[in-house]
Amino acid sequence: MIERWRHVTLLVLTVVGAVAILGRTGYLQLYQRPFLVDESAKRAVREVVLPTHRGIIRDRHGEPLAVSTPLASLWTHPGKLLSESRESLGTLAELLGMPPDRLLSLLRSKYKKEFVYLRRGVQPRLAQQVLALKLAGISVQQEYRRYYPAGEILAQVVGFTNIDDDGQEGLELSFDDWLKGRPGKKRVLVDSRRRTVRDIESILVPEPGRDLHLSIDRRLQYLAYRELLAAMHKNSAMGGALVMLNPRTGEVLAMVSLPSYNPNDRRHLSGNYSRNVAVTDVFEPGSTIKPFTVLAALLSGEYTAESELDTAPGWLMVDGHTIRDFRNYGLLSLAQVIKKSSNVGASMLSLALEPGQLWGVLDRAGIGRTTASGFPGESSGHLLYHERWPRSTQASVSYGYGLSTTCLQLARAYAVFATGGRLPQVVMQRLTETPDAPQVFPAGAVLELRDMMEGVVDPGGTGSRAAVAKFRIAGKTGTVHKITAQGYAEDRYLALFAGMAPASDPQLVMVVMLDEPSGGDYYGGLVAAPIFSRVMAGSLRLLNVPPDDFSGLSPETIVRVERG
Amino acid sequence: MIAQGWFGSIVRVRVEPVLMAVFLLFPVLSLVTLYSVVDTDTALLLRHGVHILIALTVVLVVAQIDIDVLKRLTIPVFVLSLALLFLVLVHGDTTKGATRWLEFGPLHFQPSELVKLTLCMTLAVIAARQPLPLGLSQTLIGLGVICLAMIPVILQPDLGTAVLIGCAGLSVLFFAGLSWKILCAMGAAGLAAIPVIWPRLHEHQQRRLLYFLDPERDPLNAGYHVIQSKIAIGSGGMYGKGWLNGTQGHLQFLPERTTDFIFSVYCEEFGFIGFILLLLFYMAFVVRGLMIALHTRDRYARLLAAALTLIVFSYMYVNMGMASGQLPVVGVPLPMMSMGGSSMLSVALITGILMAIHNCEKQRFYLH
Repeated sequence: MIERWRHVTLLVLTVVGAVAILGRTGYLQLYQRPFLVDESAKRAVREVVLPTHRGIIRDRHGEPLAVSTPLASLWTHPGKLLSESRESLGTLAELLGMPPDRLLSLLRSKYKKEFVYLRRGVQPRLAQQVLALKLAGISVQQEYRRYYPAGEILAQVVGFTNIDDDGQEGLELSFDDWLKGRPGKKRVLVDSRRRTVRDIESILVPEPGRDLHLSIDRRLQYLAYRELLAAMHKNSAMGGALVMLNPRTGEVLAMVSLPSYNPNDRRHLSGNYSRNVAVTDVFEPGSTIKPFTVLAALLSGEYTAESELDTAPGWLMVDGHTIRDFRNYGLLSLAQVIKKSSNVGASMLSLALEPGQLWGVLDRAGIGRTTASGFPGESSGHLLYHERWPRSTQASVSYGYGLSTTCLQLARAYAVFATGGRLPQVVMQRLTETPDAPQVFPAGAVLELRDMMEGVVDPGGTGSRAAVAKFRIAGKTGTVHKITAQGYAEDRYLALFAGMAPASDPQLVMVVMLDEPSGGDYYGGLVAAPIFSRVMAGSLRLLNVPPDDFSGLSPETIVRVERG
Repeated sequence: MIAQGWFGSIVRVRVEPVLMAVFLLFPVLSLVTLYSVVDTDTALLLRHGVHILIALTVVLVVAQIDIDVLKRLTIPVFVLSLALLFLVLVHGDTTKGATRWLEFGPLHFQPSELVKLTLCMTLAVIAARQPLPLGLSQTLIGLGVICLAMIPVILQPDLGTAVLIGCAGLSVLFFAGLSWKILCAMGAAGLAAIPVIWPRLHEHQQRRLLYFLDPERDPLNAGYHVIQSKIAIGSGGMYGKGWLNGTQGHLQFLPERTTDFIFSVYCEEFGFIGFILLLLFYMAFVVRGLMIALHTRDRYARLLAAALTLIVFSYMYVNMGMASGQLPVVGVPLPMMSMGGSSMLSVALITGILMAIHNCEKQRFYLH
């Protein structure tokens, strides 16, 4: 018979074993529980970001200019995905539209990473198809991509966002905080493949971004873009810019920069194209400054509109520099100085005044001061303080050399003539009411200047091609030698036209600039004025502005109109 | 009471109440726990239910067998199971680097589960030939038979099961009165064998043993199972997270949660209280089994009862120890709880045999 103790030994052994397990489990469940519960939560509970979309950018009539469309981004844990069979990886590569070898080498090269994008910004349907393959380690992240319906028409103004939906350029950048939504957060339960199994709680409700209403009118913008682009090609110009303002409110209605790009396809985009030339590029405004010189003369009290200057012999020596007119104009009234764009006449006026008088006029018109439009990269232009002007600068500033402005600044300065002496604050957003602009000049002198500027567009004026049928136009041409590293270039020009319409009560102020027209003509009056004419004609029609020029009509017609 | 013909023996089904109660309770616990884990895969659950029904039938049938019949069947059955074991090596179905399965049409079967039983029966026959304690020649024959059963299992390779088979065999010899000297000598030999065996182990086996010592060392690979399992058990706490509420099991952090790590799932959901209940059921089974052995006078039956009881206990101990991080991960099912037909069947056979031994003893006692 077996000894009893062998039995007892075994019985004891089993009891000891049971107690060991009991102790171990008790230790885990009772003593180590807090730590292990924490570990459990660490694995199973995650905070998930709830993406939200950016606000829509619209024009002043609500037309969309930048909208966010939902897209999906596929990402993976390469180590897990590689455990799938070759065939399923092949199917995946096919869906993603990449060669299987490239997919494999991508996964292998990032084997140690836990988060690698497979493809970003794919259509949600494709993402669903990929998920339907049920491969290990693939997840989808909801994203939004910006789409720009206006395309290149408004590319530099609206700007664009990067793949992470942050504003990079243009108004997308300057209004980034406004447009951007606040992503939400929630706590979820995930499984070992990191798939969300169940929502636990919402931590932060996502807030979508706010919409932005621009002052831009897409119809005017399109018109301006089309005409400027046509002129650029016709005149073989390097580029160009155009700014159209509502002079009363300071709202920018159109702003074109050329060359442009398609913001929906930025693969070949370089910095040259993304610059908003109308705001960032400065140039010497040339003859477009002359109305301010004459305004300074009127304001000095020593001249009236009828005062005459003898500009013969058509040139003037100042400190060894020769100032020339196109030809010898002889005796000129102040109005004719502007109409003929006489450099000699403008210089004579400036030299007869205190330097501070011209400087004061330019300064009050905002030359050399930023418009504070809020546009990223805006230049302030440059206007040297008058006490540091040598005599030659005192003369050259009068016809627009020795200072610099942007198109937008020049347009704002011209708004002064349109509003009877008020300098508006330039804005890119649609305004609901007209803000009060400061009166910087007395209305009387300014209106006299506006009359003189109408002469520019009359037959015999330098800007006759800026005329618009049935409307009175006031404006000024400019033809500027470009500055190069070797000084002023003999044969490279900027062609300018700045003006407003209808002259009796201006609704629109516009500045047109064409960079290096090289198709033969280069004068502002020949190159820029026709653009002004076409764009202004179309815009006045689109805005239903009533005509103010009845000179071409027979007396009976006028009577009929008045009766009607 | 006796000699009522085959009809009578079917109608008068004799069972042992404690073992029967435990064997009825466990499948219920098992189904409840598995329901929580398998999610929507009710087909798995259904198959498990069928296994349970088959197992219950086996218990009831085997319990009616006379031990003399069993004794006579022992050697042929052992030879058959050995043959199956070798067949596995030649024709087995390989999963996860180990060949353990045999396929007969729709049936998957793990012969190593069967060998464990037939080996104990064979050793009991060998030991019971002469009055105890065991002589030297019998000891050597016994050890030889143990090795015969272990080698094909090691070759599969399924080290955990092989060790358990060896222990089961040794326990029979121990009961039969194996001398202390031989036992100690074998222990020494075993230690000496470590440097010889270690290089021959499969890489995953080596790693499991190493990381068992320091599971945090490589949390994403070999130690992963143990860490996840410890988290599951520990986060259950005193009362558990509640049925269907365990996160570790549900969210698939736990590997093999229907088989090897079902204990962790159970502990996560039912807590320390649930665990104590589970342990009590097992101990009821084990203590009852050892009592049957103690009260049986037939040498063969006595040895067999003790050894079979120990098999159930050792499986329970190794599985729970593994899940709670006390023992290396060896892939041993939790008796009566884990999903899997082979394991269920072998425990059913053990329960049936224990009942048969009890029934025969009672019968003979009343006869005498």
